[in-house]
Amino acid sequence: MPAPVLQIVGLTVALPAGSDRIHAVNDVTFAVATGEIVCLVGESGSGKSITAHTIMGLLPRGLRSLGGAVRLDDEDILPAAEARLRQLRGRRMSMIFQEPMTALNPVMSCGKQIDEVLATHTGLSAAERRAQTLAMLERVQMSDLQRVYDAYPHQLSGGQRQRIMIAMALILKPALLIADEPTTALDVTTQAQILSLIRELQRERDTAVLFVTHDFGVVSEIADRVAVLRLGELIEIGTTREVLGNPRHEYTQTLITSVPSLTPRAAPRDRDAPILLRTEELSKVYGGQHLFRKQPRVRAAQSVDLTIHRGEVLGIVGESGSGKSTVARCIARLVEPSDGSIWLGSDEIAKLSHRRLRPHRRRIQMVFQDPYRSLNPRRNIGEAMIEGPMNFGLDRADAMRRAGELLEFVRIERTALGRYPAQFSGGQRQRICIARALAMEPELLIADEAVSALDVSVQAQVLRLLDDIRKRLGLTMLFITHDLRVAAQVCDTVAVMRLGKVVEYGDVAQIFAQPQNDYTRALIDAAPGRHAAFGPFHEEGRPDPVPERSATIPQSSERFGATAPGVAEREEAAPHDE
Amino acid sequence: MTIEVDSQQSLTRLVGPLATDRGVWQRVLRNPGVVVGAVIVLLLVLMAILAPVLGTVDPKAIDPAYRNRLPGSSHVVTAADGQQTTRTFLMGADTLGRDVYSRVIYGTRVSLIVGISVALISASLGLAIGLVAGYLRWVDLIVMRVMDGLMAIPGILLAVGLVAVWGARLGPVILAIAVPEIPRFVRLVRSLVLTIREEPYVEAAVAVGTPMPLILIRHVMPNTLGPMIVQATFVCASAILIEAILSFLGIGIPTDIPTWGNIMAEGRQLFRVYPHTILFPGIFVAVTVLAVNMLGDGLRDTLDPRTKSP
Repeated sequence: MPAPVLQIVGLTVALPAGSDRIHAVNDVTFAVATGEIVCLVGESGSGKSITAHTIMGLLPRGLRSLGGAVRLDDEDILPAAEARLRQLRGRRMSMIFQEPMTALNPVMSCGKQIDEVLATHTGLSAAERRAQTLAMLERVQMSDLQRVYDAYPHQLSGGQRQRIMIAMALILKPALLIADEPTTALDVTTQAQILSLIRELQRERDTAVLFVTHDFGVVSEIADRVAVLRLGELIEIGTTREVLGNPRHEYTQTLITSVPSLTPRAAPRDRDAPILLRTEELSKVYGGQHLFRKQPRVRAAQSVDLTIHRGEVLGIVGESGSGKSTVARCIARLVEPSDGSIWLGSDEIAKLSHRRLRPHRRRIQMVFQDPYRSLNPRRNIGEAMIEGPMNFGLDRADAMRRAGELLEFVRIERTALGRYPAQFSGGQRQRICIARALAMEPELLIADEAVSALDVSVQAQVLRLLDDIRKRLGLTMLFITHDLRVAAQVCDTVAVMRLGKVVEYGDVAQIFAQPQNDYTRALIDAAPGRHAAFGPFHEEGRPDPVPERSATIPQSSERFGATAPGVAEREEAAPHDE
Repeated sequence: MTIEVDSQQSLTRLVGPLATDRGVWQRVLRNPGVVVGAVIVLLLVLMAILAPVLGTVDPKAIDPAYRNRLPGSSHVVTAADGQQTTRTFLMGADTLGRDVYSRVIYGTRVSLIVGISVALISASLGLAIGLVAGYLRWVDLIVMRVMDGLMAIPGILLAVGLVAVWGARLGPVILAIAVPEIPRFVRLVRSLVLTIREEPYVEAAVAVGTPMPLILIRHVMPNTLGPMIVQATFVCASAILIEAILSFLGIGIPTDIPTWGNIMAEGRQLFRVYPHTILFPGIFVAVTVLAVNMLGDGLRDTLDPRTKSP
């Protein structure tokens, strides 16, 4: 085994008094050797980022290391003075961060920022520095080097910015590279490119890499060895093959089985069910001529035709800027469509005035991405849940009683009604948001990246809950996601969007097995860890997420006068007597 | 079960608790600025309320025999029933022989009333205008131009003009000081609304069919209150100063109601010889403004999540 570049022995970092646990990192020991990539995996709050920042001497204020050693080439750098750390950073060890936009200086050109590293650590002349910088930019596969050299960070794309970060980190050929979730903020195709770039540069220079990530797909792509952290403790370390193929610790097993499989599950469904929602030539253009200024026109959605049958889950997948969220928000009428029509049952809702739209609002409900922002921090859960039903005439007591039943339906105790959002975890909040949407008894539930902000084990729970709701209530769903794995497990049909257009639309099994469009193929190829087998979260024998006693969804009182899902057909069949 | 006042309950139901977790109150009470500021402000309020029993005499009582007496000198007071007592001028006497101590203590009333009313009036008007401007684009275009116009006129100049039109009484002076402060609140609220309206919880409210006015009151307004409280304390401090300045310039509240400003104005001519008539009210103005600002700074540090200290 090659000599370790980095040795961490018994590292312990204390959290400030009053935190939910004493140690951010507790007695963690591992090593990274020359030419090796070690992945540090864990869910949020596992202490993986803190470990990485401790090595660089970048602990946030309020945290301090209590014990242990961090040896870089046999020098313990934990007690090292700031001046010594400055010498080491960039030269012997360097770091790339999750969000390159905030890690780069926005008022300095990219070339100058790389140049600064050379100017600080070497005695090279300006011309030599410039030559080296340009060579490094070429090495990270940038084209149009002069332009990139003079560009400011905001003029580059996210992937390009991350390449700049990598160039900056590696230009002095450090022995150790620490990468803290470097691809998490990137689109999947860009992520694949950045991962292979890191891999390539690392092989070429024999760099030791400590790669922090939460994504097991990424782990299977890049890691030689894997260290699993949980609540600040290292619970398992081994080669990638051992840990992914034969995890010893129960927690690791849970994590790995929680990763949704890329193979679509075969789900029987009724192909002849009536159409619930149909969009025709739906378009949204942002910008254009305003009263005082003209803004550039952005075609966020162009002529989108989608059809959702009752009981079906339609997924819209695509990268950032593909217009998938715009389509969802047009359908929910949270933004005004510029053109086209939306048929909900037999009603055209795209052009209705807000007043005329109001009775239809109830029929489409939405669950948003960020569970920390989708509940008003100043209103308690009960108030949040009864707001909609009360808008539609249910009285307070009835609405509150039903809210309690729905909370139990999503496995949150009824007493939570009086508590505030800050008292719940992300996964719990997302379940509350689902309950809030269900309180309206919608016909269509739109989930806009509803599980993207959640840890993988929590994500699996929420997906199971959604799946369960769908089975029990026959709910129709529009599922927006950037994650092909999630789409494969949740959706019946999938529309792939790119730059505002639907480029491929069809059955989920067919799209994953035989993609017709080049872009779809590129997306599927870029999905990290597509060759590794990850467990389906629908695994048989798992405890049912919803207790049996609330197996039937509580129905609202007559006064609400709403068509509950599943009741809709009966009501449509019944003659109207007025 | 605790019994709560009903209005408190409905207020909580409407805007939610000020602090969403108990930690906020703990942080607020741990902040030394908040504690020191709040204690001083509380003492001033008590002083204003208890002015008649704090060993004061009639602040308007003129006695030419004691003109310009220095602090510490004694004088004889004749009570209504003819009884005579000897008393000390703690802060001396002014050019008309009035007791500066009594005038300063009674002056606290005006200063606090002006500070608090100005903060309340400009905050509520600013909140209402800002909420609507932030939510409706066409209102925004008109309102913000008007506010820009108001901001372009120096606050004191505008106040002087308004006092000239409305007359120099307590009410008009409060309004005259409040008007120039409104644009500051409007700008603050508007910018907050512009971010809050994009929050998913506001969209969620739209999606469940909540009408726009209710969304503003229920979801948007409560989330502007933290920064509003902070801004209000700063406006309160500056209103106390501006009132003192207006009175000092001789265009504020007439001298039959003592205010710190007009006490200083009257001492102006002779302040080289008898500095005490300016010194003591000056100290009170300075300490009050400092205390209110400390309170505001402390609240900002604890209520604003961006400056949350570890």
